[in-house]
Amino acid sequence: MLEIKNLHVKLEEEDKQILKGVNLTVEPGRVHAIMGPNGSGKSTLSYVLAGRDGYEVTEGSATLDGKDLLEMEPEERAAAGIFLAFQYPVEIPGVGNMTFLRTAVNAQRKARGQKELSAADFLKLVREKAKTLKIDADMLKRPVNVGFSGGEKKRNEILQMAMLEPRMCILDETDSGLDVDAMKLVAEGVNALRSPDRGFLVITHYQRLLDHIQPDVVHIMADGRIVKTGGPELALEVEHNGYADILAEVQ
Amino acid sequence: MALDERKMTATEARLAAMQVPEVGCTKEAREAALERVRRMGLPGRRDEYWKYTRPDSLVQVAAPRAAVFDAGEEPMFSAFDRLRVVFVDGVFSPELSDDLSLEGVQIDRLEDICCTNDHWAEDLYGVLEARGQSPVERPLAALNTAYAGDGVAIRVTGRVSKPINLTYVHKSEQSDVLLHHVIRVEPGAEATILENGPAAARFNKCMEIDIADGGRLHLVRAQGRDHERRAYTSLFARLGAKATFKSFTLTVNGVLTRNEAVVEFTGGDAVAHVAGACAGDGNFHHDDTVFITHDAVGCESRQVFKKVLRNGATGVFQGKILVKEGAQKTDGYQISQSLLLDEDSQFFAKPELEIYADDVACSHGSTSGAIDEEALFYLRSRGVPAAEAQDLLTLAFIAEAVDEIEDKAIAEDILGRVQGWLARRR
Repeated sequence: MLEIKNLHVKLEEEDKQILKGVNLTVEPGRVHAIMGPNGSGKSTLSYVLAGRDGYEVTEGSATLDGKDLLEMEPEERAAAGIFLAFQYPVEIPGVGNMTFLRTAVNAQRKARGQKELSAADFLKLVREKAKTLKIDADMLKRPVNVGFSGGEKKRNEILQMAMLEPRMCILDETDSGLDVDAMKLVAEGVNALRSPDRGFLVITHYQRLLDHIQPDVVHIMADGRIVKTGGPELALEVEHNGYADILAEVQ
Repeated sequence: MALDERKMTATEARLAAMQVPEVGCTKEAREAALERVRRMGLPGRRDEYWKYTRPDSLVQVAAPRAAVFDAGEEPMFSAFDRLRVVFVDGVFSPELSDDLSLEGVQIDRLEDICCTNDHWAEDLYGVLEARGQSPVERPLAALNTAYAGDGVAIRVTGRVSKPINLTYVHKSEQSDVLLHHVIRVEPGAEATILENGPAAARFNKCMEIDIADGGRLHLVRAQGRDHERRAYTSLFARLGAKATFKSFTLTVNGVLTRNEAVVEFTGGDAVAHVAGACAGDGNFHHDDTVFITHDAVGCESRQVFKKVLRNGATGVFQGKILVKEGAQKTDGYQISQSLLLDEDSQFFAKPELEIYADDVACSHGSTSGAIDEEALFYLRSRGVPAAEAQDLLTLAFIAEAVDEIEDKAIAEDILGRVQGWLARRR
């Protein structure tokens, strides 16, 4: 489904190479985790897949269901099924969360040639999904992420994911800034979305998130490349021994 | 100080071309206003108060032509039940207007009060304008008092059941219009006044508002979409104790608009909010000039101005809060912000605070910036197309000013109009 081949990326402004040949394939129904030390390029990978400005792809490719992602605008990628849960969800004063969700859902439906949801249908859907994530009516009414706690922001990301039903979910450090209870709630939200035709790429520093979201495959990323791939046991190894051993081993 | 010769010549040339309308009880006020104009001279390019806005086209003898523009949409406020008072090129139109009788309010044409002696408006016409000439001179407002050809006197005596909608229709490419309204809100009375339309090729409008103790007035105006029109408007409001005045102005298009608001608190615990939002594309110059004087204890003033500018459009904000000695517990707030959608557009801001009391809370802020790229990417990453995302953020930007409108249905209508304006420019 998601196929990344020999992806090289540099920062446009600094002429600094961040990704140096990433190869990764995520199959439908599978959860892949990417772990790695700070500065290894994990977040860059997620931004490049979502289409953020400021990066230049110098070599390689990234496709979703055979379609070239790198040629698409961010909104086209979203319509194609890419969803990035941000590490730092953006605050948008003046735009109500509900308006934001509805605009996003209907924009994607429109892009896919589907009929827009009526106000009533949308409301019903959003209330139902919000309830399982313990997002109250007040949070839906407030401006997007403004004044939200860390946990609320991450739950809001998962709510958007649930509403948009993407093919390929990329979670960038979704566990950062969460306490144990909030992490459980977020993980439950993610697990509820696991399905045979949906893929996940979970980027994280720590193994603890993976206790709650069981990965099928774990990759270790270092210096812009995936240096080791294994099963869930690889995450445990990192947890016990840190990255140093693995990095020493691959070098 | 003697006026410089060029200014004097320009002033006399303009005055020579003006015609004094039929006058009755406003005669003295008009004569006094004319004296003021002669003493001050009409604004010139070198005047400090006109540093960011060139007054030439507002002062010159003939009004520059302005093509009449058909917006091709329902007029503003037509969705609301309202009492219509319509002026066509500055002349009251009984055919287009509703019957002016409405419970809780007395509406008279300026022409009618000019023929009656002892009309209540006699004590107001030109009075607040004259007070508002100090410490800053506003000669174009005095010119209005001297020569205004039409207008209404509105006396609010109760709670008026529906808004009074003053509509200004622009029909002639060369119309040069001066309108003058006086409004008196009696103690405890309340009304909403809506204003819409471009009015003329060149429009000079003065509104004097006197709100007695506990009175409330809401003013919402939309200045019309004619691209080539020029407008200078002045508003002078005086508030008694516990009075409330809330004003919001929407301006889209127009080559030149300057809106001056002069507010004076004379009784304690009163509230005045003056807000505005404008959106300009290309040949567009918009100036909000506000002067608020706190001369009473415990009053609250708020100025909220938002400007969306693109393709070389220019925005100006000159806002002042003056807190006089003894005006303790004053709460003054002022924010002026511009959203520059490209690198050609400009925003000039001159926020001022002058405070002579020691127990006050006053704050001001002024910013200009571009669309927040982070927010834009966030929206796009959720599937919202770039143009739509930019519009959403632009509307969010002006929302703080539009929120100052108490009637939420009207606020929504205003936002809808701006949304339409933005959508047409994608």
